Amino acid sequence: MSKQNLKLNDSGKQKKLLAATRDGFGQGLVEAAKLDERIIGICADLTESLKMTEFEQQFPKRFVRIGVSEQLLVALGAGFALAGKIPFVASFAAFSPGRSWEQIRTNVCLNDVNLKVVGGHAGLSVGADGATHQALEDIALMRCLPKMTVVVPCDSEQARRATLALATLDGPAYLRLGRAKVPTLTSVDTPFEIGRVQIFREGTDTAIIACGLMTERSLQAAEELAAEDGIECTVLNCHTIKPLDDEAILMAAQKCGALVTVEEHQIAGGLGSVVAELLAQNTPTPIEFVGVHNRFGQSGEADELLSEYELTVSDIKTAVRRALHRKA
Amino acid sequence: MDHNFKESNSELEILAIRIRQDIIKMIHAAGSGHPAGSLGMTDVMVALYFRILRHNPKNPDWNERDRFLLSNGHICPARYATMARAGYFSPDELLTLRNFGSRLQGHPERLRLPGLESTSGPLGAGLAQGAGLAYAARLDELSWHTYVLTSDGEHGAGLHWEAVLFAGKNRLANLTCIVDRNDIQIDGPTEEVMPIEPLKEKYLAFNWNVIEIDGNDIGQIIKAAEQAKSISDRPTCIIAKNIPGCGVSFMENDHKWHGLAPNNEETERALAELQAVEQKLTMNVA
Repeated sequence: MSKQNLKLNDSGKQKKLLAATRDGFGQGLVEAAKLDERIIGICADLTESLKMTEFEQQFPKRFVRIGVSEQLLVALGAGFALAGKIPFVASFAAFSPGRSWEQIRTNVCLNDVNLKVVGGHAGLSVGADGATHQALEDIALMRCLPKMTVVVPCDSEQARRATLALATLDGPAYLRLGRAKVPTLTSVDTPFEIGRVQIFREGTDTAIIACGLMTERSLQAAEELAAEDGIECTVLNCHTIKPLDDEAILMAAQKCGALVTVEEHQIAGGLGSVVAELLAQNTPTPIEFVGVHNRFGQSGEADELLSEYELTVSDIKTAVRRALHRKA
Repeated sequence: MDHNFKESNSELEILAIRIRQDIIKMIHAAGSGHPAGSLGMTDVMVALYFRILRHNPKNPDWNERDRFLLSNGHICPARYATMARAGYFSPDELLTLRNFGSRLQGHPERLRLPGLESTSGPLGAGLAQGAGLAYAARLDELSWHTYVLTSDGEHGAGLHWEAVLFAGKNRLANLTCIVDRNDIQIDGPTEEVMPIEPLKEKYLAFNWNVIEIDGNDIGQIIKAAEQAKSISDRPTCIIAKNIPGCGVSFMENDHKWHGLAPNNEETERALAELQAVEQKLTMNVA
């Protein structure tokens, strides 16, 4: 397995900086726009929620407010892209890609234009807004589209890096963001490359493959399993759902013989499905899925929702034990 | 470099009749397609490619070209045939319409045929993309103009109206929307299926300039486009009233021909009618 020289923030007792992936996107967009004047920001009435206020202030001519119109968001953005611009078009994931899927399919992917769809407030961790606003299907919607790149950063710093990377990637892409402030695992020194998983921990008992805010929970589960039961897990941060890092995941499957996928998304069509498709065809391996089981969300605090929907550290540990059992 | 076409209006009328024959032959050969809208919009296509658009068939990606988006992609036979006659590709290729491997897809795909600005077919999305192009051009102070051809039926799509609202708000004077107002959609007459009248007043209320014309009169189409370009503070909508199936008597004003290919006998009759008109017009010019 090609181990990247990862420099994570201290995973011990030291308190990690809390920030939302949307914060990192806001910073990354400003930085990317300074480097490339073709970058345009378009937002469907959620400028502050998507953290695009700073971009708007620094580049007022390159920011377009369009009100509540998510289909326009994407089709208009495609027009900008056809004129040679690089639009980042942002809304809540429940609305775009939720409502704008056909425009993404036809005007962006089939047209092969250089546009970035930014879906904020994804997952249950949106919290109190409830089921209507908690996108749990967006990865599935985006990963099935030809030409689309799908990125789910695990923390704010990674969201910043992903934004910069997507700005230089020529083609359609989807960036999934969350609202909740989560611990920042990565630092400015952590390498980031689209399409390459990051090995955050190594072990041979089970491989945990996670994305988004579930990566931090997976690392915590792995540490507890090691301390409590001597179970050593590999933890892969799979920030790019598409194109998938086939090689690294197959190597992890071969090395560990069992896998657990962990995501804040429906299991159907999400990271779990992606990994299962790969392994079924190449190295059939027991897999346990931690994710949302065919349910909609509801109002509540982020943490209580993640508990209700079986997305806790404890749920990940249980899944690892089940996977280990099946391996034997 | 811009490409100059020298044909007179009378010559363009003859060309339009020839293109209508191309369209009939193409859809007949393909065994499927959309003749009514294609025949109705032939005069608009001819006016665009031979008089209105700044473009160069030998250099389709020329940066300074005007952008023309066909939102109602299903009438692409008219666009393909007009592009071939304008010199984008050989008219021989027209009979490959809808075939496997053809650049002339059933609905137009930008990546397959040089000269198409965007992929289209799913209705309602053309004006939004046109608005993005026009906004970007204004941002960079570029002089090219964006034209979007839309159907009347697609005015049922919410996205289209989102774009009308946006273009009106932003006073996109470098954007012109032409409405293929032929009063039919797949399920029947537009005013029965889902009325869109009063259409002119709707666009006016969204802060657009509106010009109503006979969409089968090439002179009127050219004049309206000139007038649209002279307006500097708002986008223009040209409502081009036209006869669906124009030029083929048994197809005219009949919504059945929206998406139906003529059989052998119908094809012969259609071509005979069009050839008779062509002969008459040619004699008048001579």
